[in-house]
Amino acid sequence: MSTHVLPVLEMAAPTLEWRALAPVLLVFAAACIGILLEAVLPRAYRFLAQMTLVFASVLLSLGFLVINWRGDYGGRLAMGSIMLDGPTYFMWAALLIFGTLAFMVFSERQLNGGASTFAASAASVPGSVDETDASAARREHTEIFPLGLFALGGMMVFASSSDLIVMFVALEVFSLPLYLLSGMARRRRLLSQEAALKYFLLGAFSSAFFLFGVAMLYVFSGTFDLNGIHAAIAANAQSSNGLVYIGLGFLAIGLLFKVGVVPFHSWTPDVYMGAPTPVTGFMAICTKLAAVGALLRVFYVALDGERWSWQPLFAILAVLTMVVGIVGALTQSDIKRLLAYSSIAHAGFLLTAVVGATQVVPAGQGTSASAIMFYLAAYGFATIGAFAIVTMVRNAAGEENNIEGWSGLAAKSPWVAGLFGLFMLSFAGIPLTGGFIGKWAVFTAAWRGGYWWLVVVAVLASLVAVYFYLRVIVVMFGGKPAKGVYVGNASAWTWIPIAIGAVATVWLGLVPDQVMQLATFAGGFLR
Amino acid sequence: MTFPWLTFLGLLPLIGGVLLLLPMGKGAARWLGIAFSVATLGVAAGVTALHVAGADLAVQVPWIRAFGAWWALDVDGMGLAMVLMTAVLTPLVLIAEWTPPAGRWSAQAFFALVLILEGLSLFVFMANDVLLFYLFFEATLIPTYFLIMGFGGERRAYAAVKFLLFSLAGGLVMLASVVGVYVVAAAQGAPSYLVQDLASVRFDGDLGRWLMVGFLIAFVIKAPMVPLHTWLPDAAENSTPGTATLLVGVLDKIGTFGMIKFCLGLFPEASLWITPFMVWFAVISIIWGALGAIGSRNLLRLVSYTSVSHFGFMVLGIYAFTTTSMTGSIFYMLNHGFSTAAMFFAVGFLAKRTGSYDIAAYGGVQKVAPVAAGVLLVSGLATLSLPGLAPFVSEFMVIAGTWSRYPVVTAVSLLGVVLAAVYILRVYQRTMTGPISETTEAQFRGRDLTGVEKAVMVPIIGVLLFLGFYPQPAVQLVEPTAQATLAYVGTTDPAPVVEGVE
Repeated sequence: MSTHVLPVLEMAAPTLEWRALAPVLLVFAAACIGILLEAVLPRAYRFLAQMTLVFASVLLSLGFLVINWRGDYGGRLAMGSIMLDGPTYFMWAALLIFGTLAFMVFSERQLNGGASTFAASAASVPGSVDETDASAARREHTEIFPLGLFALGGMMVFASSSDLIVMFVALEVFSLPLYLLSGMARRRRLLSQEAALKYFLLGAFSSAFFLFGVAMLYVFSGTFDLNGIHAAIAANAQSSNGLVYIGLGFLAIGLLFKVGVVPFHSWTPDVYMGAPTPVTGFMAICTKLAAVGALLRVFYVALDGERWSWQPLFAILAVLTMVVGIVGALTQSDIKRLLAYSSIAHAGFLLTAVVGATQVVPAGQGTSASAIMFYLAAYGFATIGAFAIVTMVRNAAGEENNIEGWSGLAAKSPWVAGLFGLFMLSFAGIPLTGGFIGKWAVFTAAWRGGYWWLVVVAVLASLVAVYFYLRVIVVMFGGKPAKGVYVGNASAWTWIPIAIGAVATVWLGLVPDQVMQLATFAGGFLR
Repeated sequence: MTFPWLTFLGLLPLIGGVLLLLPMGKGAARWLGIAFSVATLGVAAGVTALHVAGADLAVQVPWIRAFGAWWALDVDGMGLAMVLMTAVLTPLVLIAEWTPPAGRWSAQAFFALVLILEGLSLFVFMANDVLLFYLFFEATLIPTYFLIMGFGGERRAYAAVKFLLFSLAGGLVMLASVVGVYVVAAAQGAPSYLVQDLASVRFDGDLGRWLMVGFLIAFVIKAPMVPLHTWLPDAAENSTPGTATLLVGVLDKIGTFGMIKFCLGLFPEASLWITPFMVWFAVISIIWGALGAIGSRNLLRLVSYTSVSHFGFMVLGIYAFTTTSMTGSIFYMLNHGFSTAAMFFAVGFLAKRTGSYDIAAYGGVQKVAPVAAGVLLVSGLATLSLPGLAPFVSEFMVIAGTWSRYPVVTAVSLLGVVLAAVYILRVYQRTMTGPISETTEAQFRGRDLTGVEKAVMVPIIGVLLFLGFYPQPAVQLVEPTAQATLAYVGTTDPAPVVEGVE
């Protein structure tokens, strides 16, 4: 019998930069602890405990982030899988802030007579005795908080990973909790479950495309590292290689699906409408932030050398996205669907700056990335505020999402109508709101990249877009007050995000300099 | 640093407007609004005195460094004329609209919106940075939209949306140009939106022309020129006289103001290139507007059409590129604010008694209410540029200045002067003269203008008369702007055809 000598596998223990990674690690740690709390704590204490955990961890994480940012920590972390550079800092900060605001809306229970917007028992069959019992027993899913934290952590990694495999894992880590959360609405549960299923199936499909694209690029370059792929493309610049194009295309499909770009947008209206409104608000901004962050990193760092191949493609997609988003929004009668189509249109506006791909500028001027980051910050505050207000406009059965029901809202509550009007104006890009400054920034980035015609198209598209935002304002201020619709008496959990959203929207519109400087100096990707 | 007077001037009414959005007693709200508007007028007068005394009022603070945008305010003669006009008209509008129409929003909301609009307009006329100008230019649309939407006539929702969409269409096209200006400036060095910095940037060739056209489209819609004027009659017909005054008298001036300050000031070469087109465009507006006024059956609509015609004269004067015509144009911008205000107020006072703006609803008013009829007559005569009233001087300057360069065009435009007499005298004849009907008897007998209404009209007619007989102060104020603009564009006045005799 011969003896086989097994080679000793050299396993180096991974080195982690604890302090620099602290913001992400804290979020994941809190999510894990949250799961444990579900297992050990009695029902009565869970809500409070989870809330404390969520806000403590997110704020602590934000604190670490700020300290690290000021201390100028940076570079490759976790053995080259995460890149801590300017965009990462900005994206992480934005994700943490918007995540916090969204979780506040998760915590609202006063609006709904002491119950949250989430199903009492998501696993029970809609309309069944189980469901009625669960509601009567005032059961509630406090798992929403750990799920939200997992999603947030996944998004943070997604936007910062410089390795395609890590990026894929992060994609799944943030997607799976979102599929679950989408299906947990208390009202209109079938719609919510349909949304979750649709989101899951299409999301899984797009993930597969992403993975396939990763494989193609790996076959081409022999590495998952973004910079390695860049080097491989640069080394083979003379010979065109089909593998790169296939990989680029499939990777783009996976990423653009999450951003909600036409033709990969069809999930957006259904999921936005079906998901519980606080979750919609969370997805609307945080998913978009993370996905755009990853998109920029992949295409500006790894596939930079192929920009002549993808710029025209993205330009066409940008036009399509703006047109489909805006035309779709014109005909909607449901406010959440309207906001979904509006988010598609905004994805189109964002894409104009991606196409511009302005990366090298004199000091103190904005790149494409900084324009996009500012745009997302401005868009995020308005989005969080708008969806929070959507939860407040109610009828006897729950939220009134039909725009006709919003008729004459200004007569019932001038403040709510006025604030919603403000967010609409910011979406429309009217001056004195953050939306305008954001629009200016992305259009400039597009023009600097030579795509002046795209700016002209985008400007015309904005004009049409104004019309449907205006329609909401006309209905609220000019319509006859609708019967049976009232503005719910929300607690501070809803009002604080609305107030912060409104103040930030005006702040970013009037004195955007500080945030713009932050975005400007964070505007370059490290390799 | 000295006290930032210009910032203060713009902020004062804005603060007042925001204060008025808070809940308070109805009477208190009105008086607070009046107090803020009068205080603004006081500051505007002070600023004028400082400017005349030669003080440097410019404010310049970095605003968005990454964009090269500045919080930069300054006034030249033209800006100051517009500032003064706005500051004088606002308190009068507030007094004239003391009681908004029944069934609409509250007086407090009206006062708040008017003050906010005043503040934003003042900043528009003072902004010395392209992006800052654009920001306030667009921002004025919001309070105006709500002023039409909240207080207007039957079809106010339609008119408000039409107004907003037309204005935004122009504004967004201009946004593309504003972005383009930055990109061109960035390509030639450190980008800056300051007007004086942009003067050294070369916008040559086709790109410069396209950028200029982007600005021009916005201004042509604003200073309504045929065929992009259709929003104005609808908007004016469906707003209150006070709103219409601010809309036509103040906001539309941003159009001609912008042509001089930005089209000519940033793109001299491209502006000269488009001149032949603009001159004919202006003539078409003059005649079309006059014909529209003749055909109007609604008084507010009629006044707005007369403005279309008058804006044609202003544009003609600008694009004739002579010192006389451009000075006349700027002076006309000032006068037109007052003559239009007089017309709108006079019409508004009539409608308060009858509840109708239809010309057909009136007849024989002058025998029952002579003061009301007299006020309408004087306002109308100012509108048709009767000598002795201010618009005559400016219209004459425009025509005389343009004649030296474009005799044929000027001859055609004179048709507009004739038609002006037709539309004014015809409307006077149909509403004020003729037999006294029973309804007129009931509506006007013993209900001539009240003391407050007279108090509103006296300052306006006073200004029109004063500047009609003694235009020198105003002309001296605005002439340097015209001279500086023409010097920048690089044109010289045509030599006189006939030699002077020693």
